[in-house]
Amino acid sequence: SRFSDIQPALFCNLFIAVLHIFARQTEGKELTKEEKQRLRKEKKQQKKSKEKKDEKASQESEKEKKPVSSASPASQPPTQPITPKAVPTLVPVPASETPAPADKPAKSKAEMKAERRARQEAERASKQGKKGEVGQQAAPGKPKAPPSELQPVVKRLPEHVQVDNPEVLKKLAKKLERQQVSYRYIPLRSDYGYKVSLFSHLHQYSRKAPLTQQLSIPSTVIHPAIVRLGLQYSQGIVAGSNARSVALLHAFKQVIRDYTTPPNEELSRDLVNKLKPYISFLNQCRPLSASMGNAIKYIKKEISNIPSQCKEEEAKSKLLNCIDRYIDEKINLAAKAIAKSSIEKISDGDVILVYGCSSLVNHILCEAFEKNRKFRVIVVDSRPRLEGREALRRLVQRGISCTYVLISAVSYILPEVSKVFLGAHALLANGYVMSRVGTSQIALVAKAFNVPVLVCCETYKFCERVQTDSFVSNELDDPDDLIVTRKGKTQLEHWQEVPSLGLLNLVYDVTPPDFVDLVITDLGMIPCTSVPVVLRVKNVDQ
Amino acid sequence: MPGPDKETDLTERIEAFLSDLKRGGSGTGPLRGSAETARETTALLRRITAQARWSSAGDLMEIIRKEGRRMTAAQPSETTVGNMIRRVLKIIREEYARSRGSSEETDQQESLHKLLTSGGLSEENFRQHFAALKANVIEAINELLTELEGTTDNIAMQALEHIHSNEVIMTIGRSRTVESFLKDAARKRKFHVIVAECAPFCQGHKMATSLSEAGIETTVIADAAIFAVMSRVNKVIIGTQTVLANGGLRAVNGTHTLALAAKHHSTPLIVCAPMFKLSPQVRRLTNEPDFYNFCEILSKVNVHCPVFDYVPPELITLFISNIGGHAPSYIYRLMSELYHPEDHEL
Repeated sequence: SRFSDIQPALFCNLFIAVLHIFARQTEGKELTKEEKQRLRKEKKQQKKSKEKKDEKASQESEKEKKPVSSASPASQPPTQPITPKAVPTLVPVPASETPAPADKPAKSKAEMKAERRARQEAERASKQGKKGEVGQQAAPGKPKAPPSELQPVVKRLPEHVQVDNPEVLKKLAKKLERQQVSYRYIPLRSDYGYKVSLFSHLHQYSRKAPLTQQLSIPSTVIHPAIVRLGLQYSQGIVAGSNARSVALLHAFKQVIRDYTTPPNEELSRDLVNKLKPYISFLNQCRPLSASMGNAIKYIKKEISNIPSQCKEEEAKSKLLNCIDRYIDEKINLAAKAIAKSSIEKISDGDVILVYGCSSLVNHILCEAFEKNRKFRVIVVDSRPRLEGREALRRLVQRGISCTYVLISAVSYILPEVSKVFLGAHALLANGYVMSRVGTSQIALVAKAFNVPVLVCCETYKFCERVQTDSFVSNELDDPDDLIVTRKGKTQLEHWQEVPSLGLLNLVYDVTPPDFVDLVITDLGMIPCTSVPVVLRVKNVDQ
Repeated sequence: MPGPDKETDLTERIEAFLSDLKRGGSGTGPLRGSAETARETTALLRRITAQARWSSAGDLMEIIRKEGRRMTAAQPSETTVGNMIRRVLKIIREEYARSRGSSEETDQQESLHKLLTSGGLSEENFRQHFAALKANVIEAINELLTELEGTTDNIAMQALEHIHSNEVIMTIGRSRTVESFLKDAARKRKFHVIVAECAPFCQGHKMATSLSEAGIETTVIADAAIFAVMSRVNKVIIGTQTVLANGGLRAVNGTHTLALAAKHHSTPLIVCAPMFKLSPQVRRLTNEPDFYNFCEILSKVNVHCPVFDYVPPELITLFISNIGGHAPSYIYRLMSELYHPEDHEL
């Protein structure tokens, strides 16, 4: 949008002005715990009373294209976004916004949560058909009730599937505002290009405009390791669900190492709050994957379980050990266990078909080759990512004989194939497999030719979401990736100028469980429909 | 002397046509649509009829068969050439029969009695000479040419019967027939088209730009997303390279996947194919692969890049041709009207 050009320039000027004002006000003074609590209570009161007014006011402001809108300046001074008019009212914001860990917030947090839930139920009832399903948030849902009770499901729909709802965008902008610590803005990334109408509820970003360009320098909110990680995600340098989770965990380790508890704060509360803006930032760079979501949940749980009398050094080393153990157990050892079970399924003379580049499937094939199984591999690849070439390279380096085809040739080559091994991005609670786009197609054609389909997936990728088609929750990649030059001509070069032409670059799709014959996990070989059982068992363990 | 000149001229033209066919298949020459190829073949056959030396129908048929074999050998994957040759042979038979005075019906009926008494071989040897045969045959070939020229328009005229408003239609690759079909419907109805790009040649891109220039809402998707978006598609309309004798298709790479996905979602699959694409062949078990080097090939890797796919008739809902719509189970009957059984093997 045209506003995104103007805003950064304005910000730079505003930051400096605002900083001066704030510095003068609270020079050398730190708000005590009680003051912070009081301010938060005040804010809560204001929110409650102005809630209804705010809803009505925000309806009219839906026309505005700016992600950060100034719809309700009067009613909510504490959460005023940065706009030219609002500078003087911005001042009292930081005082109440700095997250104040105290003993009482545990109660008031629960109260606020209950309020928020009630508000959302009301909102949901008033809107028609926008919420088709429940989605789970990346934020830690505290597992309070024992699993024998059926918990009432009150989940919030994640933000990244509500791009067409301006209210949600506004709330996201406010949330990003709240999470800043020293008033450096975490920008809202703007969508790029014409979006196909079926997917107008999803974000579509351009790779040429990474979020890091909009960050101010220096950025004291985001740790540099996280900035680097975000850039790697958005440019596709780190791709694949295992790789992304491991990179995330390593970056968090770095953050923990560099972390020092501020005075009057508790590590268990403050660190979690420090991580929130990082997670929002990474989410803006590229929507979080299910595996990353589970890893983040685990870390937050570990951090909040640290006893308050623990010394800082001890706590930090404990956390680092936890993370290392998580990576070891859930990813490395799981891979070994899965490889061991899969090798039983690979016999001599097999012709195995794989799709794209799954680190787990490559690992399995290399292990099987080490154990002297005789087989050959057919690597299926698809535009525009062409990840199969990477898998091909890795397999050929080990000495496995390979064939390479594009996905349109699958029905040509499938009569030769004896088994299909697929990797997964996540396994959903209704048994659907969420994986790279094209996986469901391969499973479909394999079923038509009666070839067994085996999905390999670690248990940490199991997720409680349910989904039946590839539209409601997906990721749209840069549409310019589809442009290609053949015989010297680039047909789609000027696709933006043609009003009725759209390019769709999906990243994920869901495979129905009747196409999948077996899922190989570190807990054993299960059918697709046993995923909720595994999730339940995991919840009991935790 | 006109005689030898005409002959050399004729042979030159035949040679030129053959080399064109060969080049067209290897990808170096201009890629021709099948309609063009059909028209040129028919024009060439008319010229052969007019200029070659023959005295009876049998001679003419021999000449045409000989040239036909050479033409099909030049480019085996271009089946329209063979189809046109068989059509012309059938025309010659019919004209001959008409000149002889026997009714067409008794000739065409293959009654059990006839099969038993004739011993499997036709008694005709086409040796009789008729003066008017040449003119008749040329006239009939002209009619065929007119029919060929109108095929795309005839198919496009039927578009409004099959497309309602606000539909989502999926297609794959580039087919001139489907393009004109959709453009014709777009004049009166508003609908949305999703084009699968059909890697590696990515012909779908050209189709999408051409459709969007006609004002149709178009979206280009990668081949991998065909199944993912299929649940929102109302109809699948595709073109094909050849329609086989059993009602199956030899179509561009990726069509079988598209057909399977459509079957899974119970979406109707409509094939727009003019009659000259109907071929009496059945599926051959060996595919003709076309190697297209688009990546660095490591020495230990085999790369397959097939050009065509076989689609079985169970996956197809409807054929739309220039003479109307048919079910796949009816194709065998149409074939018996177009070609004579003895011409199936040239």
